[in-house]
Amino acid sequence: MANTAPQGRTHSISFDSLGRSETPPQSLADEHISLQVRNLDLFYAGNKQALYGVNMEIPRQRVTAFIGPSGCGKSTLLRCFNRMNDLVDGCTVKGEITLDGANIYAKGVDVASLRRQVGMVFQKPNPFPKTIYENVAYGLRIQGINKKRVLDEAVEKSLRQAALWDEVKDRLDDNALGMSGGQQQRLVIARTVAVEPEVVLLDEPASALDPISTLKIEELIYELKEKYTIIIVTHNMQQAARVSDYTAFMYMGRLIEFDATGRLFTNPSQKQTEDYITGRYG
Amino acid sequence: MVSKNGHTQHISRRYNAELEDIKTRMLEMGGLVERQVADAITAFMTADSELAQRVKEGDYVINDMEVAIDEECTMILARRQPAASDLRMVIAITRVLQDLERMGDEATKIAEQAILFSEAGELPRGHVEIRHIGDHVGVMVRGALDAFTRFDMDQALRVAEEDKVVDQEYGSAMRSLVTHMMEDPRTITSVLRVMWALRSIERVGDHARNIAEHVIYLVKGLDVRHVNVKEMAAKIQGDEEEE
Repeated sequence: MANTAPQGRTHSISFDSLGRSETPPQSLADEHISLQVRNLDLFYAGNKQALYGVNMEIPRQRVTAFIGPSGCGKSTLLRCFNRMNDLVDGCTVKGEITLDGANIYAKGVDVASLRRQVGMVFQKPNPFPKTIYENVAYGLRIQGINKKRVLDEAVEKSLRQAALWDEVKDRLDDNALGMSGGQQQRLVIARTVAVEPEVVLLDEPASALDPISTLKIEELIYELKEKYTIIIVTHNMQQAARVSDYTAFMYMGRLIEFDATGRLFTNPSQKQTEDYITGRYG
Repeated sequence: MVSKNGHTQHISRRYNAELEDIKTRMLEMGGLVERQVADAITAFMTADSELAQRVKEGDYVINDMEVAIDEECTMILARRQPAASDLRMVIAITRVLQDLERMGDEATKIAEQAILFSEAGELPRGHVEIRHIGDHVGVMVRGALDAFTRFDMDQALRVAEEDKVVDQEYGSAMRSLVTHMMEDPRTITSVLRVMWALRSIERVGDHARNIAEHVIYLVKGLDVRHVNVKEMAAKIQGDEEEE
């Protein structure tokens, strides 16, 4: 082989020129910020404090995961982003959350319009007892859109985005409740994205699903971030590791650590985070 | 077991892409190392200090690649918790990376001897041995990387067998070089340099054999470290009969 080496060649190949498939996000400083949380305290009825001075920035078009033990406040925090906590009696919020710079807790904010901008998907799939088509078209209809052509287009687009189109395109008039759990959850996601929100909140979206449906949802989440800012609450740390770009670890109502997911899962800076993700906590 | 076509698709396409990526980049690194070894040997035989210098500089690229690919493997372990053949793929790649990096170091050592020769203004003795064993080891390195690319067990076994031959040739080259030195003590300095280079080439062969072992681990899940070639073949045979 000694003779096969071409002469006079230089080792000019630099490592960078070899290219990488994708550079994972490294730092919040390089991101566009969608939501900003400042000094957020939250109290449930009876002055029971659930969140303590949370400060964080949620980057645009990224997946941010909230992890932490039960009762740590991750779902409570998630519900603050579209003011779902307003529906809880005696719940008060101090501090502010801004969406694209505007405080969503300011006086005079139209909550219905906020919830159109910040959509939400829950743990249990909750399709309406209507046809598949009408489920997806629902949000547009209440916006007063009734033109069939517009609705048809939006329904197809949303179902495609939710990776469901090929499975249901021949039975759009079937009742949504006849679908499998995983399909129902993807339908709910299609319904959420049909109104073109900026942010999609996912509260344990896969915990009621089998492993394969779970992976499909995870893959879908990854694709949706091309268009939307995604925040996901999950009990499943591995899921957070798989799907998210950034991960926030919460404990007892406090944000303990918030960092790029790769870093948080390989070298967390806080002992509490380390103990939780390695299964040493409690 | 891993099929010859490689891994079938995961539901997560990104996971597929990540696994493909570490493999591709490891093989790129392998190609670079193969060239480094070949260049080092050429530089040594022709006392070409310029080429030797380039080999030394190229080693930094290899070191950087090892670190970067290794980090990517760590990320996959942390984020994906790979199982079964995926897990073996990541583990095998981290092991191969180490062997490749060491091969790169051996190439540097050969290049350093080449520079010493060119400074002394002489051509090395033991030409024949260097070329012969060098060619042999080159075939082994390529074979080991090919075996990894194609998940080819037979090829991996051939590499392991080849290593035995190289070891024998290395032994006899050493004896003949010792004879040289005894006959003409003035040549001791230069013959010692040849011995150092031969030693490095032989080590490259050992690392190629290690890579072959990692291939067997990857494909069959069998740990064939620290066993001789016969036992290796028997283990594989036994595993195939079980299936």
